[in-house]
Amino acid sequence: MSQVILRGSALQKHYPIKGGVFRHTVGQVRAVDGVDIELRAGETLGLVGESGCGKSTLGRLLMCLERPTGGQLEILGQDALKLDGKALRRLRRDVQIVFQDPYTSLNPRRTVGDIVAEPFRIHRDVVPRGGVRRRVQDLLDQVGLNPEHINRFPHQFSGGQRQRIGIARGIALNPKVLICDEPVSALDVSVQAQVVNLMRQLQRDLGLAYVFIAHDLAVVRHISDRVAVMYLGKIVEQGDEAAIYDRPTHPYTQALLSAVPTPDPQARDDQDQIVLTGDVPSPADPPAGCRFHTRCWLAQERCSQAEPELSLRSDGVGQHASACHFAAVRSPDQTSAA
Amino acid sequence: MTEIKHSARGGVPLDPAAPLLVVEDLQVEFRLREGVARAINGVSFELAAGQTLAILGESGSGKSVTAQAIMGILDSPPGFVTGGRVLYRGVDLLQLPERERRKVRGAQIAMIFQDALSALNPVFPVGWQIAEMLRVHRGLNRSDAQDQAIRLMERVKIPAARQRARDYPHQFSGGMRQRVMIAMSIALDPVVLIADEPTTALDVTVQAQIMRLLQDLQDEFQMGLILITHDLGVVADVADRIVVMYAGGLVEEADVVDLYAHPAHPYSRGLLDSIPRLDQKGSDLPAIGGLPPNLLHLPAGCAFHPRCPLAQDVCRSGAPPARVELGPGRAAACHFVDQTLTAGRPA
Ligand SMILES: Nc1ncnc2c1ncn2[C@@H]1O[C@H](COP(=O)(O)OP(=O)(O)OP(=O)(O)O)[C@@H](O)[C@H]1O
Ligand SMILES: Nc1ncnc2c1ncn2[C@@H]1O[C@H](COP(=O)(O)OP(=O)(O)O)[C@@H](O)[C@H]1O
Ligand code: SF4
Ligand code: SF4
Ligand SMILES: [Mg+2]
Ligand SMILES: [Mg+2]
Repeated sequence: MSQVILRGSALQKHYPIKGGVFRHTVGQVRAVDGVDIELRAGETLGLVGESGCGKSTLGRLLMCLERPTGGQLEILGQDALKLDGKALRRLRRDVQIVFQDPYTSLNPRRTVGDIVAEPFRIHRDVVPRGGVRRRVQDLLDQVGLNPEHINRFPHQFSGGQRQRIGIARGIALNPKVLICDEPVSALDVSVQAQVVNLMRQLQRDLGLAYVFIAHDLAVVRHISDRVAVMYLGKIVEQGDEAAIYDRPTHPYTQALLSAVPTPDPQARDDQDQIVLTGDVPSPADPPAGCRFHTRCWLAQERCSQAEPELSLRSDGVGQHASACHFAAVRSPDQTSAA
Repeated sequence: MTEIKHSARGGVPLDPAAPLLVVEDLQVEFRLREGVARAINGVSFELAAGQTLAILGESGSGKSVTAQAIMGILDSPPGFVTGGRVLYRGVDLLQLPERERRKVRGAQIAMIFQDALSALNPVFPVGWQIAEMLRVHRGLNRSDAQDQAIRLMERVKIPAARQRARDYPHQFSGGMRQRVMIAMSIALDPVVLIADEPTTALDVTVQAQIMRLLQDLQDEFQMGLILITHDLGVVADVADRIVVMYAGGLVEEADVVDLYAHPAHPYSRGLLDSIPRLDQKGSDLPAIGGLPPNLLHLPAGCAFHPRCPLAQDVCRSGAPPARVELGPGRAAACHFVDQTLTAGRPA
């Protein structure tokens, strides 16, 4: 197995909620609340979960854009939270990010050449000044853009092309890890396929590892080796792509997967959908015990008292990590009460 | 009888024997400073009571503009309907004076939008907004309207409806807000409901709740439902019939099962092939190359030709027939329909 290049332990990010006339801290949004995560060289870890569950926040922690309020973070064998100044900057070279929105993540007043060259201005020792233009053109070529368009502005490109620009910037410094926060979510299906294919190609060519955040579960399966499912700031299930998609043992994962409509009208009546009731509780005041118990159709008394641990549990074929007291593969006849 | 009720309500002489909704050769253009964008170029379809018709297409293909033209809420200027008819029970809505048309809109044909937050008024409680509609259109008094509004909120399964009726739109989650929007849209018992990407901004779990709610309401009231979406999964799940749009044109019309099993247009086929599936892990996705065209400069001939794997010289020089009929309720706009149709889809 490849080497672990990124490891977060008990990672936590709490944001203060200010209130009252004096703007005192009246509570905490527990955006990320105790996450253990590992990424190996060259692999893709998919990160899924409902809006607001903490995916983007975790992504920002992993690339040292924000400091966690608790936990440890090790990147390429170094304690990332102890580093600062030059050493931290050096480390950041190896973990880069691609954002969701190709419309707002690129500065409209700068040319594509400037945007893609930006990392070289921050990390001046990577490419000699005179070689920057050449390198940018190579990068554009690599992501399937015309190198002659180096002087154009973002608005002259379509959504899919802008996402390619973002990817070119992301890989400019030859990082080991690319955090991709919903990189294809804003794109149309036909264009989405082009960008997904490009990302796989780059991974093969450059040996990149991806943390791939997305809400489209089919896209995540397609690109990921391993998958982590988040709910209210915690990872509730994690394992190989096949284990998560074919043998999920956590009720939340089961509900999430069953909610995805199959693109086949003839399978319409076979789909045994679990429709969850109610909204996701507030991350400022997560339920006690298992955080999913307010929406779980299997919840027992114990679930509201004791928090289930994310630990290896049997999935019928092998074992993978799941945080449910009653983790089990759901049999087809076991229909939901929800 | 429903028919009598409708004509009595609208004051428009409807023909109960005529089809529920027929769109015929609709043409819309936007007159912009940069030029004329031909947003809709001859779109035709029919909707029956109790039926779900999906309009499928990528962003910018003209789905919302089609809906706006039917509803009579096109942003005009710059948008103009330059041709075609929209027949509601035999009456051409495009020819009605605005006063008459307003009676049909909301009362008989209602619409829900992708972004419920901007569609609702931020400064009034949601219960009040629903009640206000009932007061204006139905002449209910304040307390009856309020009671009816709460019943509607219960009908769309908003928990604690009586208390929540006093809340403002921003106090609701995205899914609950969409429910409020749906409650408002069914308040006047419409016979046609147009849902423009009703779940695009929502999580899959919430999407499943909303789609189920829409289907229940449709079963109950036998509404004709036009579902606008780019999600091939949602379409497969709920639609009876599909029209596929590309660059403002209708490229294929078919029954849902036929379209997925045997697409007749290369674009439909490309779309179906390019989506990753939950139940399998593939290698590279068969993507459609290139990009959707700019409506200010539509390619000559077939608008899809720069991206089409089957394109021949004839496609570049001449537009394909708008409808090559392929059987009852099936048509596609392509010179080489048979080739795609017989090729089928890889299993
Ligand atoms: N800077 C911040 N200050 C306060 N709260 C924040 C901040 N950033 C995120 N949050 C909160 O933390 C929680 C997790 O947010 P995050 O953006 O990580 O979610 P996400 O899983 O990426 O959601 P989405 O799918 O909508 O992108 C949310 O409740 C969010 O409102
Ligand atoms: N108010 C408007 N002014 C100018 N162009 C518009 C306007 N509304 C829509 N369009 C154009 O019409 C085309 C179709 O848009 P639309 O129907 O919204 O697409 P979609 O299929 O994504 O719903 C697009 O090119 C869009 O830019
Ligand atoms: S621990 Fe209990 S509430 Fe939580 S997922 Fe398992 S069964 Fe449901
Ligand atoms: S008419 Fe020609 S270019 Fe257009 S879809 Fe058919 S084969 Fe392709
Ligand atoms: Mg996010
Ligand atoms: Mg639209």
